[in-house]
Amino acid sequence: MTETTGRGPTGLVLPTYRPDDDRTHPPLLSPEYGSTVLRAPTRPLVLLPQRLTEITGPLLGAERLGPLDHDLTRQHDGEPLGQRIHVHGRVRDGDGRPVPDTLVEIWQPNASGRYRHAVDNWPAPLDPNFTGVGRVITDADGRYRFVTIQPGAYPWRNHLNAWRPAHIHFSLFGRAFTQRLVTQMYFPGDPLFFQDPIFNSIPDPQARQRLVSRYDHTVSEPEWALGFEFDIVLRGRDSTPFEDGDDDDD
Amino acid sequence: MTERTGSTPSQTVGPYLHLGLLWPDGPDVVPAGTPGEIWVRGQVFDGAGAPVVDALVESWQADPDGRFDHPDDPRGARRSTVVGFRGFGRSPTDASGRYALRTVKPGPLPGPDGTVEAPHLNLSVFARGLLHRLVTRLYFPDEPAGNEADPVLASIDPDRRATLVARGAPDGFHFDIHLQGEHETVFFAV
Repeated sequence: MTETTGRGPTGLVLPTYRPDDDRTHPPLLSPEYGSTVLRAPTRPLVLLPQRLTEITGPLLGAERLGPLDHDLTRQHDGEPLGQRIHVHGRVRDGDGRPVPDTLVEIWQPNASGRYRHAVDNWPAPLDPNFTGVGRVITDADGRYRFVTIQPGAYPWRNHLNAWRPAHIHFSLFGRAFTQRLVTQMYFPGDPLFFQDPIFNSIPDPQARQRLVSRYDHTVSEPEWALGFEFDIVLRGRDSTPFEDGDDDDD
Repeated sequence: MTERTGSTPSQTVGPYLHLGLLWPDGPDVVPAGTPGEIWVRGQVFDGAGAPVVDALVESWQADPDGRFDHPDDPRGARRSTVVGFRGFGRSPTDASGRYALRTVKPGPLPGPDGTVEAPHLNLSVFARGLLHRLVTRLYFPDEPAGNEADPVLASIDPDRRATLVARGAPDGFHFDIHLQGEHETVFFAV
C-alpha cells in the first residue's frame, strides 16, 4: 500500500524519505548569523541510512493539548494587547499528501516583541495576558489553526542595528523521525528581511519565500482579527517503484 | 505520483525555545518507577568547550523488544510491553549544559540483509545557533558484540566511533555531545 523502497529487515520493505534539495535548508555554518560559528559541526555529516528508527517517530496525541492551547488570546483572565490574528494552514509532505494527527507547537513574543522568557530583557513591556505558547494537532486533512496576536519585531545583538523580522516559531513532528522540523513563520512585506541573517541563511530565495505567510482575507474575521495562511511542507517519501515495477500511486 | 513540492526550510529554535518546547514530563520516555529504568545524562559543549545552556535534546528509540508502536514499522505497530513507554523524550539543557532522559534500554533491531542494528537511541539537538537540528546516535557500552556488528557504527571512521558510544554511569549512562572540537560528535544526515 505505501510506496516504498529499501529492503527492510528480513525482506520487509521500509518507506523512505527523499533528501531535501541542498539549497532548501540553511548551511549549519552561516557566519552572518554569529552564533553558528562555535556551534556548527566542522566535519561533514555522515549519511545515516533510513532504517526502522528513522522511518518511525513519535505519534503524540491530543493528550498533550489543553483546551485553550490553540487560542493564545484566551489563556489569561484579560485580553492581550495587539492585533488579533488567525494563523491557519495545511501540513503536507513533499508529494502533496496531508500530514494528519501531527503535533504543531508554536511560540512567539508579544505585540511589543518581547518574549515571556527569563533571558529576554530588552526593554519592551511584558503583557500580563500573553504567554505566547500554543499547541494543536492537525486534522484529517493536515489542517491547523491558531488564534494569536501579531508578534512585534525585536532587536538582537548579532550585528549593528540588528532586528528580527516579526515571526512565530513552529515545531512539527510529522510521521517519522526524518520529518521532524522546527521553523519560523514570517509575515508578508516585512521590511526587515534584507538585514536578517537567519531568514537569509536559506540559500534558495524561492525556498526562503516558503517561510512567508500569506495574508488571507477570507479568514480575516469582521471587526475582530486578520487572517494569515501558512502552509508547511515536510519531506516527501521516496517514490522509487517496487522491484517488480509495480507503480504504487495511491 | 502527484506534484512534488519543496520542503519548508528549517530555522533555529532561537534562545527562547523553552517557552514552547518544554513539557513537564518531557524527559520521561518511561514513567518514573518503571522496572529497568535508566537515566541517560550528558552535557552539550560548543567549539570553545563551553556548555551550551540553551539547547534541547530529543530522543527516539525502540522499546526493549526492538519494536515501535508505529504503523510504518513493517512488522506491524505494537504497543510496548513496557507500560507507559513513549519512545520519545525531550530535555532542555540547564545552566551547565546538562540534559537528562529517563528511559529503558532499547532492544536490537533487524537491519537489511540479515544484519542487526545494535541497541541505540536517535538524538536530535536543537539550539540557538543551530539553523537545522543535529542528529546523532547513542550506542551502549555494555553491548560490545552488538556494536561491533552494527552496520551504522561500522560505517564510521574508527577514530570517531567512540563519540557515539555512551559511558556507564551509576544510574544509567553518560553521553556528552560536542558540537565542535577535538571530540566533535559524529552527526548524521538523515
